[in-house]
Amino acid sequence: MIPFEYQRATDADSAVAALAARPRAVFLGGGTNLVDHLKLGLLRPDLLIDVSRLPFDTIDALPGGGVRIGAMVRNSDLATHALIRRRYPMLAQAVLAGASGQLRNLATTGGNLLQRTRCRYFLDVTTPCNKREPGAGCSAIDGHNRDAAVLGASEQCVATHPSDMAVALAALDAVIQVHGPDGTRAIPLTELYRLPGNEPARDTMLRHGELITAVELPDLPIAARSTYRKVRDRASYAFALVSVAAAVDIADDVIRDTRIALGGLAHQPWRATRAEELLRGAPATQDVFRAAADAELAPARPLAHNAFKVPMAANTLVAVLRDLTTRDS
Amino acid sequence: MGGLVEPRAIGTSLQRIDGAAKATGTAPYAYEQPVTDPLYLHAVQAGIARGRVTAIDTATAEALPGVAAVLTHYNAPRLASDQDRELWVLQSSEVAFRGQFVAAVIAETSEIARHAAELVKVSYLELSHDSELRAHRDGFHTGTADGDVDTALASAAVRIDQTYTTPMEHNNPMEPHTTVAVWESIGGTDRLTLYDSTQGVFKVRHVLAPVFGLDPQRIRVVAPYVGGGFGSKGMPHAHNVLAGLAAQVVPGRPVKYALTRQQMFALAGYRSPTIQRIALGADADGRLSVIAHDVIEQTSRIKEYVEDSAAPTRMMYAAPNRRTTRRLERLDVAVPFWMRAPGVAPGMFAGECAMDELAIACGLDPIELRVRNEPATDPETGNPWSGRHLIACLHEGARRFGWHHRDPTPGIRRQGCWLVGSGVAAATYPHHAWPGSTATVSFRHGRYLVRIGAVDIGTGSWTALTQIAADALTCPVGSVELELGDTDLPTATIAAGSSGITSWGTTIVETARTFRDKYGPDPSDGDEVQATMPDNPDADHYAMHSFGAQFAEVRINADTGEIRVSRMLGVFSLGRVINPRTTRSQLLGGMTMGLSMALHEQSIVDHRFGHVINHDLAGYHIATHADVADMDASWLDEHDPHSNPMGSRGAGEIGIVGAAAAIANAVHHATGIRIRDLPITADKLQR
Repeated sequence: MIPFEYQRATDADSAVAALAARPRAVFLGGGTNLVDHLKLGLLRPDLLIDVSRLPFDTIDALPGGGVRIGAMVRNSDLATHALIRRRYPMLAQAVLAGASGQLRNLATTGGNLLQRTRCRYFLDVTTPCNKREPGAGCSAIDGHNRDAAVLGASEQCVATHPSDMAVALAALDAVIQVHGPDGTRAIPLTELYRLPGNEPARDTMLRHGELITAVELPDLPIAARSTYRKVRDRASYAFALVSVAAAVDIADDVIRDTRIALGGLAHQPWRATRAEELLRGAPATQDVFRAAADAELAPARPLAHNAFKVPMAANTLVAVLRDLTTRDS
Repeated sequence: MGGLVEPRAIGTSLQRIDGAAKATGTAPYAYEQPVTDPLYLHAVQAGIARGRVTAIDTATAEALPGVAAVLTHYNAPRLASDQDRELWVLQSSEVAFRGQFVAAVIAETSEIARHAAELVKVSYLELSHDSELRAHRDGFHTGTADGDVDTALASAAVRIDQTYTTPMEHNNPMEPHTTVAVWESIGGTDRLTLYDSTQGVFKVRHVLAPVFGLDPQRIRVVAPYVGGGFGSKGMPHAHNVLAGLAAQVVPGRPVKYALTRQQMFALAGYRSPTIQRIALGADADGRLSVIAHDVIEQTSRIKEYVEDSAAPTRMMYAAPNRRTTRRLERLDVAVPFWMRAPGVAPGMFAGECAMDELAIACGLDPIELRVRNEPATDPETGNPWSGRHLIACLHEGARRFGWHHRDPTPGIRRQGCWLVGSGVAAATYPHHAWPGSTATVSFRHGRYLVRIGAVDIGTGSWTALTQIAADALTCPVGSVELELGDTDLPTATIAAGSSGITSWGTTIVETARTFRDKYGPDPSDGDEVQATMPDNPDADHYAMHSFGAQFAEVRINADTGEIRVSRMLGVFSLGRVINPRTTRSQLLGGMTMGLSMALHEQSIVDHRFGHVINHDLAGYHIATHADVADMDASWLDEHDPHSNPMGSRGAGEIGIVGAAAAIANAVHHATGIRIRDLPITADKLQR
């Protein structure tokens, strides 16, 4: 571990200014991912600015019917909040599906969004990785790639985004509030994340110095009937092989509206827009669900060890839609 | 032997003597031993799988404030023996596997040592390497054979001929491999003290003495508390030598070293991957005429270690035509070593899955198939069994599990979206009594002090041995004080092979009886005797093995392929149980490890690089609490009149044996899909 400076931020403006002035500075939230990276030697910052005590730690109902989640709200508090559980159950379920109780007690909402891939090669500094060291090459494409992306990957990177919470937020049309050196801006969550393309080192559209201060959820009555389904290699404490966040509004066995995002398949939480389009206005039948799932996964390009993700994701999506449309409301 | 000890404390669930200290965090493990002014060690590992170190630039690391020394093969103290090349640490430029030690930093803090280790620059001449175990290539064959397997197989009414594989698996004891080394030169005589996380203090001394060229009496090893070993701490590994070398460079100052979790995947042993072909032939009634078990496994270039997976096949079932063979591939890989039930655990996975397949092929219940093939005597030696109660375990387990109304048809039981199935497998583990232990019993201030250099690695040995001593002395357990975990105590064998209670307990009984014979029921203060483990006159006349029956119920999600093990039941035959509380804990721990073996554990080697890439507990999965549902272990009420003076047999390892097969057999029953390659993961059940 390389020595570094540590500062505790007192307000957002000074934190952003301090970080912007130092190219190798990083924000520290709960530290559940960053501290691992320091130990593994894959990140070598010279300054940690601890933003975990900034006063963005509440969950508030917005006047228009939405909800604002402060970026420093701990994952445990988010998952158990009454507003979230009642209006956006898929989000509470997604947060609880991630990590362990101890980690969720520390991890922040903003930090959860910005956690990095668990691709084994990214985490192992003795192997080449374009995300860690641009131009070094991707070890996963021709290596062990059971966990790798099947959608939206590039020749340079096949990493997946590991967050469960972000998958639910992608389905919920969440908007990220950002405080930066040039003021504040809002970014739809689905535009926060990038596909790897030719710049796999960049996970998101954030610029150096920008700090996430809140996540805003729109008023979304459909989300009250929603779920998050995570498929993983053991019953707890494992990243998703595939996951599905879905909300469905159904009347007279016809799908009036739906929101779907998939996890474990891509460099970003994957908003299933093709499936949503096919489902809207269609009858809620197994065949329709299957056609929608297959359409969403049609562009999948599996590698040597992750072809199972395509049928697994399709089957899981079909099962989730079946359960959402057949259970009592 | 003087007959069996009358059980009084034996058979009671005495609470762990070390329980309160461990639960309150006050038990000093090796790394917490109070030493003065320690230095800290961190290693640099080879970044190639085969080749030579051509240069090491240590200047930047050495210049870092707080660094005491940087060790490389250029400047490390010379070792005295290269007989064991795993322990030939920093003595040559040769790199034999990726992750091997090539340098190390000694510093004032662990953080400085770790920082400086990153600053050491190593240059290599890299040679091509081969780290991949493959099914088809030439290798060394050893084996046993009776009859004519090939001819009998061709004419058998029912045949099973399948290949089963188990992956590389790593022991992951909660406490990493840790040692604190102190090298002192007193009056011109060198002495080495190691506070070590080990399964055998005398084994560490015995193995390291020639490596360092020290008289064994000059090495003291202390291990009062050990956070698990599972075999991987059964012998000293390279880190012990590295710490000793470092201590030699800074004489008088303790050097602390704990392997990181990642380093444990290269330096602390592992279970070899196995490729096992099993061929069974039987008549239409399921009576075996042929058993063949051909095993392919790996070892390292620098040291041979054999995972003897065919061993249980030689004693488990009889047939006129039997064969076992083994091919051992030498590869450019880290050194494999013991992992819980070495050989037996992977071998019985293959064998007991094959028996399940044979039962289905014969249209027989799998328990009935085993009943029909129960051998009256040991097929390997011809000796009578000291107590083979496999059928009793199967029947008792069947009753408790609710096996009798089981419909054998696969893939037809569904609860919601979950397919449900059940499976059974037999378990066995040999009874080991390892000679060479000595104990003393002395009477001090109204209490009996029992001293033996054994190690309690978390299994409960300390407590069980206290119970044995009390009964052998016919005194209350409160009158016994037991000391262990130090080479300053009388010599003892290692905690391995489920041999500890037998070897140390027999020694303690012998010593206690000698004490009573000499001093009678009312000894005087200071009375003391010493005795050594006697030979067991029955050892050559009986086949001694523990047995068990493992039952599992699994649920497979029909949509996703997710696997849940909703019930596990083990019924075992262990001879007399010394302490039901600690025995049950050992069995449940073994079964949980078997559950992990079935569903989770797999070290993934990237053969382009030659090392394990999932080298941490996020990547190397073991069962979590949520994976363990209804699990129960019990045993037959019995004693073994031939095994030892307590009438007991070992219980530390048998819990893992057969568990993976029972689960794999249950997965087949649930889905109709036969998985022969561990671990059984959801992707393998995608349809």
